[in-house]
Amino acid sequence: MKQVMEGSHAASEAVRLAKVQVISAYPITPQTHIVEALAEYCENGTMDARFLCVESEHSALAAVISASTMGVRTFTATSSHGLALMHELLHWASGARLPIVMAEVNRALGPGWNIWADQTDSLAQRDTGWIQFYCEDGQEVFDTTLHAFRLAEWVNLPVMVIQDAFFLSHTLEPVDIPDQKQVDQFLPPFSSGVKLDTEKPCNMGQLTPPSIYMEMRQHIQMAMEQVSSCYSEVEKEFSALFDRQYGPVEPVACEDAEVILVVSGTIAGTCRSVISDLRSKGEKPGMLKIKMFRPFPADFVRRAVRAAKKVAVIDRNISFGAGGIFCQEVKSALYNMDPHPPVFGYIAGLGGRDVTPDSLEAIYWKTKKGDLLKGESTWVETQEVELKN
Amino acid sequence: MPIKDYIRERYFPHLWCSGCGHGIVLGSFLRAIQQLGLSKNEIVMVSGIGCSSRITGYVDFHTLHTLHGRALAFATGVKMGLPELNIIVPMGDGDALAIGGNHFIHTARRNIDITAIVMNNRIYGMTGGQFSPLSGYGIKATTAPYFNIDHDFDVVELATAAGASFVARTTTYHEKQLTNIITKAIQHVGFSVVEVLTQCPTYFGRKNDIGSAVDMMKLYKEKTTPRGSKAKKENPDLIERGIFVQKEMPEYCNEYNKIIEKAMKGH
Ligand SMILES: Cc1ncc(C[n+]2csc(CCOP(=O)(O)OP(=O)(O)O)c2C)c(N)n1
Ligand code: SF4
Ligand SMILES: [Mg+2]
Repeated sequence: MKQVMEGSHAASEAVRLAKVQVISAYPITPQTHIVEALAEYCENGTMDARFLCVESEHSALAAVISASTMGVRTFTATSSHGLALMHELLHWASGARLPIVMAEVNRALGPGWNIWADQTDSLAQRDTGWIQFYCEDGQEVFDTTLHAFRLAEWVNLPVMVIQDAFFLSHTLEPVDIPDQKQVDQFLPPFSSGVKLDTEKPCNMGQLTPPSIYMEMRQHIQMAMEQVSSCYSEVEKEFSALFDRQYGPVEPVACEDAEVILVVSGTIAGTCRSVISDLRSKGEKPGMLKIKMFRPFPADFVRRAVRAAKKVAVIDRNISFGAGGIFCQEVKSALYNMDPHPPVFGYIAGLGGRDVTPDSLEAIYWKTKKGDLLKGESTWVETQEVELKN
Repeated sequence: MPIKDYIRERYFPHLWCSGCGHGIVLGSFLRAIQQLGLSKNEIVMVSGIGCSSRITGYVDFHTLHTLHGRALAFATGVKMGLPELNIIVPMGDGDALAIGGNHFIHTARRNIDITAIVMNNRIYGMTGGQFSPLSGYGIKATTAPYFNIDHDFDVVELATAAGASFVARTTTYHEKQLTNIITKAIQHVGFSVVEVLTQCPTYFGRKNDIGSAVDMMKLYKEKTTPRGSKAKKENPDLIERGIFVQKEMPEYCNEYNKIIEKAMKGH
């Protein structure tokens, strides 16, 4: 049934229907609405689950890791500094091959205390072994959260389902919420292969010498390499039941596009209307929305942009000294493809600054008319910054 | 110097809700500084994140607004760098005792000369009223819609056990006592902890049906009593106010200087 709700509640509704058994979190704006809803569900019996509000994000992920080790379905949610504080345990969760699902609300990092949208928090965790999905709207948050449990439990890796602060987390939209029976058909109860079991005692997390550590890391990489095909299976089953499908990337009008704008998160929604406006004026833009960031869907990206004259990547994030993070990944995906279109990098919308249709249109024209810039990236709509010694 | 000279007027009106106790704490703190006659440049204020931590925006001293829970760790760095300065750390109950609990006990253990003002409203105000380690059993919060089963800390006992050499408690209702205690805490050499019971009418008050800010402050009047009073003996549920610990103990920066002195003698 269609209901009007925030992106936050699209996440918490999916967690309810996924019959998660243990949830732990520490509050941080703009994640709070997700966990407050779940705290209520756990206590009023809507969910047969336990909710632990602990004393920091570090403790929250630790609690979820050990609950997952007991073989139950688990969930946590955080944002920004909370995610940064979890860093040590993010590695632990993937290294221990635990299918934890996390809702991550993209928010800027301080200093310069800022609670608004910025992807640098989650992208800074790209090497922790978590699968990452970036969502465009409430429906996608809901659907992807359900996908995430299936996928995580299939490949034994944790999954982050990411949404933009406020633009998505606090924006009301219609979201189709199926009933429990339908969700049960898609997502059976979790049965863990590796868990602590009093019948079969085992010892976890012990000293791992060089002779086996490397193979364990290779297994994680092998699991990551399976994600793409597993995800397409998961989506096939999901779409048979719910008639919605996303793909790791979504190319829009890319076949004959001259300039392709590569976007993620809520900027994709804005970009769709810009593409159709420009098309109606006889221009030939395309859009490539990247949903799956880890593992990076390099094949899909290559296929989508192969025929374009130019590619413009719009990053609401920055790796200082290197440029936009999506841009780096797109460039490395294209490097061995000969010939490949030149890639223009744009940094836009940091710390919640609006990326408007006008901003995107300006990027389109700049890319279309411009030559490849010497610098790594162009900063969009910033005031003149003077360098002082 | 007039009180007004201690504030950054451009940051007003402040962000606190009307009736919030944090403003009373700010007022008391400024009067304490005025009484001590400290110059602005002798004071460094370090805070974490929370409604309480917003104080650093409003005062015209050297101020650092740092990470949630980490204010005492940052403050320790400031004190070690410039030991002659007065370091004051306004903290929320969550900031001080949830995410920052470890820093709290270790700063006390070292007895470094810092003044921590724990503004205890028994809730995470800034993030929307989730329960904190000071909410206590039976309390309602957005993350405990029915009742909380976590027990709370006694800040005074915790600070005392961890080694703080000045420990006091009062409330926003007892403004004169608060100013007086903050003055003494700043003068004290060593780690000073001042717990202030302060009202969050917006979340703690509303969630727990306590009424308005005024009602909450009346409760501070009724439910507290001076330390060691007869009333406390008759009614053990009353919360004691006053100075609980005030003792001379080796201070960390001074002790550090002794090491340097000893090491230099060998050269
Ligand atoms: C690592 C991290 N986790 C969570 C937060 C979100 N956060 C900001 S303030 C706060 C709690 C505020 O409560 P308290 O310290 O009691 O201060 P109050 O607002 O009640 O004065 C939280 C959880 C954060 N800023 N950083
Ligand atoms: S939410 Fe509570 S603590 Fe924060 S300003 Fe409002 S009344 Fe004060
Ligand atoms: Mg508080």
